[in-house]
Amino acid sequence: MDKSHTSRRRRSPRLWLAGGWLLLALLAAIFAPLVAPQDPLAQDLMLERLPPFWLDGAEPGYWLGTDSLGRDLLSRLIFGGRIAFIVAFAAAIAACLVGSTLGLIAGYFGGWADRIVSRVVDIWMAFPPVLFAILLVAVLGTGLGSVILAIAIIDWTRFCRVIRAEAMGQSRMDYVENARIAGYGRVGIMLREVLPNVVPSIVALLSLEMGIAVIVEAILSFVNLSISTDDPTWGGIIAEGRLSIHQAWWVLVFPLVTLILTVLSFSQFGEALKTRFDPVLR
Amino acid sequence: MLLQRFFVRLLTMLITLFGVAVVVFVVIRVAPGDPIAMMLPPGATDADIARLRALYGLDKSIVEQFFIWLSGVVRGDFGTSISLRQDVLGLVFNRLPATLELAIVALVMAVAIGGTTAILGARERGTAVEAGIDIASGAALSIPDFLWGLVLILLFGVLVPIFDISGRVSPQLDLPFVTQFYFFESLLRLRFDLTWDLLKHMLMPAVALALPLAAIISQLLKQSLKEVLDLDYVVLARVKGFSETQVILREALKNAALPTLTLVGVQFTFLIGGTVIVERLFSYEGLGNMAIDAVINRDLPLIQGIVLVFALLFVLINLAVDMMYALLNPRLRHG
Repeated sequence: MDKSHTSRRRRSPRLWLAGGWLLLALLAAIFAPLVAPQDPLAQDLMLERLPPFWLDGAEPGYWLGTDSLGRDLLSRLIFGGRIAFIVAFAAAIAACLVGSTLGLIAGYFGGWADRIVSRVVDIWMAFPPVLFAILLVAVLGTGLGSVILAIAIIDWTRFCRVIRAEAMGQSRMDYVENARIAGYGRVGIMLREVLPNVVPSIVALLSLEMGIAVIVEAILSFVNLSISTDDPTWGGIIAEGRLSIHQAWWVLVFPLVTLILTVLSFSQFGEALKTRFDPVLR
Repeated sequence: MLLQRFFVRLLTMLITLFGVAVVVFVVIRVAPGDPIAMMLPPGATDADIARLRALYGLDKSIVEQFFIWLSGVVRGDFGTSISLRQDVLGLVFNRLPATLELAIVALVMAVAIGGTTAILGARERGTAVEAGIDIASGAALSIPDFLWGLVLILLFGVLVPIFDISGRVSPQLDLPFVTQFYFFESLLRLRFDLTWDLLKHMLMPAVALALPLAAIISQLLKQSLKEVLDLDYVVLARVKGFSETQVILREALKNAALPTLTLVGVQFTFLIGGTVIVERLFSYEGLGNMAIDAVINRDLPLIQGIVLVFALLFVLINLAVDMMYALLNPRLRHG
């Protein structure tokens, strides 16, 4: 008991740091028009490739510098966060609903349900995920809805595999047998007994998946297939940064740091939440 | 027993591949946008369009198209690329070696880095060294290959420009190669000047691909090693006077490696999947880079061919790992 207590306390700063960054980025994205110092789309060739504030030649009000069209980098990052978070939440929740449901059914009922779901998962696992995502967005047409749909279509298997294995383990436990003897129906047992026990895993995966969705969106906008090219996206800024890397490194460095912090935070946050929710560790 | 297992796996593999073929075909045919219209100059007549549609078989029903395409695929005929106007299989085989080389070099790096840190961490268990390895592998695992690639471009392409950040080989070089496996062939021909040039291009994308896998190997192998190190026979070896490193290398590693091996198989397919974007990032002329161009150009036959080759590669790797596991696991070998 004591041991888990100390280990939980040691994990706490991780939860707060990760949660803190995500909250900050999320609030900045939500209140982007109020927070952003400049118009993210305003071009000014007089202000092209301004360095960040601590270097010579920086302009006040353009904290992180500007890109090759003179657009303010910080403002573009803040507005790009809007798309990143919308995709993260929507795609991860959609993938979670589909994958967890199928995983729960396959793992708890077994038999034919399991065989069919497992076969489909096998087929899905034989696709290179990034190529599949690019292909789907090309087919569905670029746009926010397509990006979300594509990520959900690809990544439901992540939830399905884990939840299937866990539900399978849970369904062999004594308490499930007891519930059956007590006269509960199979669906009732699945939802009332098995589901609550796999929730910690679902929560951790959900947070992890949000990080992955942010990356996939960045990759899609990097290859210019995400949403319309006008709106700033983190991947789009990275693509510009990759091109002007020798003239203006900051255009690549700042979105990269933003992405790394966000992805790390999502995975750490999920891990920390899992320990919190886990009935055994708690 | 082993043979039976092999045939069962082979059968599931074929079913998986058929499933992949169906999914790709359906996904692509749902696509809006007419590839034929994109091929023709403006002002082409309806008759021209119809003639070209018939040439590519696009005038038949979707089920007919699928089976025509599938029967071709089985015979090795993947059709003709619409954007490049060449045989798809030829194009794919021309690019596949570049991707395979990159993936294999990355795999070797991942095993080397992951294995070394696992052994080091197991030997120094409970110390600051192990804690440091845990933190490093945690970070390497959480950050995907796409971001590692960008970090490496900044560090070793711009800050300290020692490696090339785009292409596969310096364009001014004369290449004597007869195969597309430039890297391996340069080694065999003892042309180490070319090997070095290829390596300078390949190193960063390979490291970007290797880091997440290295982290997984490091974590899992270290865990297995630590479990094995408490077993009686290892303790006996220690009593006999072997040093801890010798104990790990001679006694523990053999038995701890099996769970890692199974995982490396699956993870290697993820690594190959990662080549698609990493090749794009480094303008490396492999299959993945061509795939993205094919998608952008709506080159249906080429996309189908590439995805199918990737899928074939994935299931073959899984099959190989499964068989290797069965061969190495004593419980299955004598079962």
